[in-house]
Amino acid sequence: MATATTRAPRILLGPACLAGALALLPLGYLAVRALERGPGFAWSVMTTEGTAQLLGRSLALAAAVVAACLVLGISLAWLTVRTALPGGRAWSVAVTLPLAVPSYVAAFAWLSAVPGLSGFTGSAVALTLVSYPYVYLPVAAALRGIDPAQEEASRSLGVGPSRTFLRVVLPQLRPAAAGGALLVALYVLSDFGAVSLMRYDTFTRGIYTSYQASFDRTPAAALSVVLVAMTVGLVALETRTRGRRGHARTGTGTARPAVPARLGRWTAPALAWAAAVFAAAVAFPLGTLGYWLATGNRSTWDPAGLFGTALTTLGVAAAGAALTTVLALPVGVVAARHRGRAAGLLEQAAYAGHALPGITVALSMVFFAVRYATPLYQELPLLVCAYAVLFLPLAVAATRAAVLQSPPVLEDVARSLGRGPLNVLRTVTVPLAAPGVAAGAALTFVVCMKELPATLLLRPTGMDTLATRLWTETGVASYADAAPYAAALILLAAVPSYLLGRKR
Amino acid sequence: MTDLRIEGLTKAYGPDATVLDGLDLTVPSGSLAAVLGPSGCGKTTLLRVVAGFLRADAGTVTVGGRVLTGPGTHVPPERRRVGIVPQEGALFPHLSVARNVAFGLTDRSTRRRRAEEMLDLVGLSGYGDRMPHELSGGQQQRIALARALAPEPALVLLDEPFNALDSALRAGVRADVRAALRAIGATALLVTHDQQEALSTADLVAVVRDGRIAQCGTPQDVYGRPADPWVAGFVGDAVLLPASAANGTAETPLGTIELSKPAASPAGTVILRPEQLRLTDPGEAGPAGTVTDVRYYGHDAMVTVAVDGLDAPVDIRVSGEVRLRLGDRTGIHVTGRGTPH
Repeated sequence: MATATTRAPRILLGPACLAGALALLPLGYLAVRALERGPGFAWSVMTTEGTAQLLGRSLALAAAVVAACLVLGISLAWLTVRTALPGGRAWSVAVTLPLAVPSYVAAFAWLSAVPGLSGFTGSAVALTLVSYPYVYLPVAAALRGIDPAQEEASRSLGVGPSRTFLRVVLPQLRPAAAGGALLVALYVLSDFGAVSLMRYDTFTRGIYTSYQASFDRTPAAALSVVLVAMTVGLVALETRTRGRRGHARTGTGTARPAVPARLGRWTAPALAWAAAVFAAAVAFPLGTLGYWLATGNRSTWDPAGLFGTALTTLGVAAAGAALTTVLALPVGVVAARHRGRAAGLLEQAAYAGHALPGITVALSMVFFAVRYATPLYQELPLLVCAYAVLFLPLAVAATRAAVLQSPPVLEDVARSLGRGPLNVLRTVTVPLAAPGVAAGAALTFVVCMKELPATLLLRPTGMDTLATRLWTETGVASYADAAPYAAALILLAAVPSYLLGRKR
Repeated sequence: MTDLRIEGLTKAYGPDATVLDGLDLTVPSGSLAAVLGPSGCGKTTLLRVVAGFLRADAGTVTVGGRVLTGPGTHVPPERRRVGIVPQEGALFPHLSVARNVAFGLTDRSTRRRRAEEMLDLVGLSGYGDRMPHELSGGQQQRIALARALAPEPALVLLDEPFNALDSALRAGVRADVRAALRAIGATALLVTHDQQEALSTADLVAVVRDGRIAQCGTPQDVYGRPADPWVAGFVGDAVLLPASAANGTAETPLGTIELSKPAASPAGTVILRPEQLRLTDPGEAGPAGTVTDVRYYGHDAMVTVAVDGLDAPVDIRVSGEVRLRLGDRTGIHVTGRGTPH
C-alpha cells in the first residue's frame, strides 16, 4: 500500500500557493473592476440590448459550430475506426491535423480566398474546420473501446447492423460526443482570432471593441464577467460528463478489435467525404498560404522584418513557457503527491485559467497594472505573466502526469536513506519527471507562440509577434503581406510539435 | 545493541478504521522477525509507522534505546537510520546500480568502496555500471537490499520483498538475503503474508490479527504450539478436536492425547497438525473413520477422513504413496503432543 504522504511540505506549498494566487488574480480582479461603479451600473451594462445581441450571436455561432462538428467528428470517427476505408490509419492521423491550425490562420485562408465570406458563415466555417477534432478524438477512442462482442450479441439476438449501431453503439458514444461538443462550445466562446477577422460581433470581439473605443473600461469588465460566467458553466458541465464517462465503462482489459465493416459501393462516397474535410481543413489553408506567398513581390517581402518578428515571438514564447513551467512545477508535484484540502484547492486554482478566454485574462491584467503596477503596463513582464495564467493548467497537467509516472515508494526509500524532503525532490522526483515536464514546456511554448488576444492587448507598444502581425495585415486585407507571417508561425510551431510526436 | 521495541502502537484512519490497536512487539538485536498476517491486518501500516512515513496516534517505537516515535516525538524518516527494502525493489530507474547503492552514503571518500563492499555482500560485484532495468527481478531485489544496508542502518524493514519473484527464484533470493543480513548482524523486520516464507526465513514469527500481535515466538513455537485455533489455521493446516482435559492429558474422539502445556479449562479444544495423525489398519482397536477425499501433492498427500463420532472431518498428511480410495475404512493413530485451547 504505497499511499502519498498526506501533508505537503512547506517548502513546496509556498511556491505552489504563489502560483495558485497568480492564477486566481485575474478572476478576482475582474469582478472587483466590474463592480467598481456599483452593481447597478454593471447590471445595466449586462442587460442592454447590445449585450443581448452579443449573447445571441455568440450562442448561435456556438450552436452552429457544435452541430457541424458533431456531424464531421462522428462520421469521420466511424469511417476511420470501424470501416474498411482505404488508407484508414493514415486518415485517422490526417483528420486530426487541423488541431495545429490557429483559428485566425484558418480565417485568414478563407477570407483571403473568398472575401465575401465574412460574418456568421465565415466564422462558423473557419471555427468548425479547426475544432471538429475535439469531437473526433474522444468519439474515435470510445468506438475503439466498445467491445465488439456487444454488437455480436445484438446481431445474434436478431437485430440488423444499422439498428445495432443505433441501439447499441450510438448510446455508448453519447458521453464522448457530449464531452467533445462542450469543448467545441468552449473553444468558440473563447475564440477571438477568427471572429475578429471575420468581423462577426460575438462577446470576445464586443469586449475588445468596447475596450478600444472608450476610456471607460467598466463596460468591458462587466461584459467579461458575463463571458467568464458562461465559460465556467461550460467547464463545469464538461467536468461532469467526463466523470460520468468513467463510470459508464465496465470491465477492463483490451477488447478484441472489431472487424471493420465493408463499405462496398459506398467506398467512393466515403473516401470523397474524408478527402473533402481534409482538403477544406488542411490542404486549403496551406494552398492559400502558398498562393499568397507566390504572388508576393518585393514590396510585400520583408525578410528583415519577418526575421525580427520571428525572433521576438520565439523570445516571448520562451519566457512564457519558462515562467509557466517553473510555476507549474510545485503545483504539479503537490497535486500528484499530496492529498488534503490545501492540495485540492491549489489544483483547482491552477485550472481556473482553463475557463478564462484569453481576452478576459488580458483585460484583467491591464486593469490590475494600470491601478497597482503602472510601470508594468504594456511591458513584457505583464505579457509573460498573462501567458503563465492562461497556460498554467496545461503545464500543471503535464507535470502532474509526469510525477505520477514514478511510484511514490521511490521517494520513501530516498527518505529512509537519510535525505531530506528538498533533497529528495531535487535528486529523485524532478530527474524522474524531467522528460514529461520538458514535453509540457514544449507544448506551452507552442501555444504561447500562437496566442493572439492577450498578446494584442498587453504587448509593449511597437512590438509584434507573428500572430499579431498576421492579424493586423489580414485585418486590412493585405493578404500577401500577411502570408509570410502565417507561414513562419506554422513552421516554427511545427518543430516542437514534431519533436513531441516523435518522442512518444 | 539495536533491538526494536514497539509498545502500545495505535493508528486509525478514521473513527471506525483502527488499523493498529495497541500493538506490542520486541525484536532482539541481530535477529530477523517476520510479521505475518492476512491482508488488511495492519502489517503494512506497522512497517510505514516504524519507517516514519506515517505518524502514529499513540505508542512508542524504540530502536537501540533511541525513541523514534513516541508522545510528542516523530523523527523524520531521513533521521531514523531505518532502511527499507520495498516490494519489487523500487530501484531509482535514473541511476546506475552503483549510484543506487551509494545513494544513502554521505562520506565521499569512502562512498565508492562501501558500495563495492555491499555489491560483494549480495553477490553482485561487477554489476555497478548497469542500469536497474538491465537486471533480473531477483538481482534488483538484492541490489535493493544492498542499498538499504549500505548506510549501516540500525534496523532494516523488508516489505514482502520476495512477492514479485517467481517461485523458482524465490527460495534462492530469500537465502541470499538472509545470509547477507546474518553476515552483518542486522536487526530486521520482514513483512509477509506467506506462512512458508515466515517459518523458513525468520528467527521470530509475530502473527498479526486486527492490529495486534496474536502470537509471537520462534517458528517452532508458533507452528507447534499455536496460541489459538485462528493462529493454528493461519500458519498451517490444523486438526481441531473437542476435548476434556485433566492432568496433562486430554480425552478426545481420537483417544487420549498428551498436552504440550496445562489446559486452561477442563473442556476445550485440542489442536493437532495433520502430520501428527497416522493411518492404520481398520481392523485394529481404536478410532476409525471413512475416507472422504484424497489430494495428492507429489511430496506428500492429504487424506480427509470422517471420523466416527466426530462432526467435522479431519485431515491426515501422508508421505509416499496413498493406497486408499474414497469410501475405504481406516484406523487413526495420534503421535506427539496436542496444544490445548
